[in-house]
Amino acid sequence: MILKNFQAHGPSPAQADRRALRQLPSASTSYQTTTQLHHRIYSLVHPIYTHQTAEVLLGITGKDFTIIAASKAAMRGATILKATDDKTRELNQHNLMAFSGEAGDTSISQNTSKPTSASTQCATRPPSPAAVSSFVRSELSRALRSRRPYTVNLLLGGYDTITDTPALYWIDYLAALAKVPYAAHGYAQYYCLSILDKHHHPDIGFERGMELLRMCTDELKRRLPVDFKGVTVKVVTKEGIREVEYVDDKPVKSA
Amino acid sequence: MDTLVAQYSRPSGEQEGYSQDEQQELLQLTPPLSLKFALPPIAQPSSWLRAMTDDYSNPNCPIKIAHGTTTLAFRFQGGIIVATDSRATAGNWIASQTVKKVIEINNCLLGTMAGGAADCQYWLAYLGMQCRLHELRHKRRISVAAASKILANLVYSYKGMGNNVRRRNPQEGPALYYIDSDGTRLSGNLFCVGSGQTFAYGVLDAQYSYDLSEEDALDLGRRSILAATHRDAYSGGYINLYHVKESGWVKHGFSDTNPIFWKTKLEKGEFSNVTSELE
Repeated sequence: MILKNFQAHGPSPAQADRRALRQLPSASTSYQTTTQLHHRIYSLVHPIYTHQTAEVLLGITGKDFTIIAASKAAMRGATILKATDDKTRELNQHNLMAFSGEAGDTSISQNTSKPTSASTQCATRPPSPAAVSSFVRSELSRALRSRRPYTVNLLLGGYDTITDTPALYWIDYLAALAKVPYAAHGYAQYYCLSILDKHHHPDIGFERGMELLRMCTDELKRRLPVDFKGVTVKVVTKEGIREVEYVDDKPVKSA
Repeated sequence: MDTLVAQYSRPSGEQEGYSQDEQQELLQLTPPLSLKFALPPIAQPSSWLRAMTDDYSNPNCPIKIAHGTTTLAFRFQGGIIVATDSRATAGNWIASQTVKKVIEINNCLLGTMAGGAADCQYWLAYLGMQCRLHELRHKRRISVAAASKILANLVYSYKGMGNNVRRRNPQEGPALYYIDSDGTRLSGNLFCVGSGQTFAYGVLDAQYSYDLSEEDALDLGRRSILAATHRDAYSGGYINLYHVKESGWVKHGFSDTNPIFWKTKLEKGEFSNVTSELE
């Protein structure tokens, strides 16, 4: 009765405020579509569904090469644990994988490197970039539907020795696969793709490729609020995979 | 006699500037910058508004505010280039493709807006009014610094009340200011604002230099907006381009992005990830 009388005066401002907040989805929401439900589940299960990482992965193809660059900082929370981390792995002589994402899940590179290396294949020649990318995608896709999905984003750089063409595949943690001329993961997408949209051409030489990479890393140094400790750069060519020394000690000019 | 003369004679410099009394009078004449709006009768209007309008965390939020934008402005030797896209979105819905996001405050002063469309329009119109009043009161055009300060103070006085303004107000002198709804006011050479800002920064930073020629500067401004409209889902429509010179601003068209995109792709070979053939 007392409660009723109290309510007759209408809710106090603070009460109304609390009531409005209670109507937010987190408290009690009936999901109207399965898509919405999936979004909610993904945002709970997959940390990077809602959080872009400050890890940088970049890939650029040209006439006869694929450049892969990955940031050197290994971060956990507000700490840089290691400033010389190598986020790449050679799957076989002509295929290089770069990965970023949830701690530990990047072990996908170990689990996929064995089957994709030449020795375990029945065929006489090592699998092509197309074959490797399909294998990795299917592995990721299978894991996604398991109890323990990988939450990693990948770039696969390769060189197809049969057709003599470079290849670059962009794969995200939901196992979407795309063959692209240039690619980025994480916040780097926002800054670098527009640069590459403008300056990339499919027939560029290696020197020009490195110039484009320099433009990208300079922009990231200029605008990203976190220090990603520079990048390790590897190149896949007809001859195989090699690491390129990437001097990155000059301060960038800001407008 | 001396006292009489003293009453009517003044030191020669006194006419310039304003006396203490006049300043006091001006201060009182000026209406308070903060208008009085009715606020929702709750303890925390801003968090309430966020709960009602944040369609990112809650796709079913009852109010969807029109925002999502790319605007940029940069200073160079020939003045200031101002460029914007023209798309207004409310949630996933493209509400308009022909929004004029550059607001011509007077013939030397431009403002661009990103954020809540209604708030931006309202406050920049209000700023226009304040600038005109300043001109009438002081018999000289308001400086950019002063105009931007009016806007910043105004917006700051509403801080925490949940208005959705994010905007930049460039121009003359030539001066360029970035102002947002938290009360930040920054002067600088180059600013991009809105959801497509990163894409515009990418293109702009790579080739920006203060010594750009007028033609190159216009091209770079246009190309930066094009980059943002290409990559950002919430930017698009038309490219609105202005050049602010000493003598006032000049408009360089309100041009559809689609033909510009295809021209850029086919003639310059850019956007190589987009196919132009039917497979």
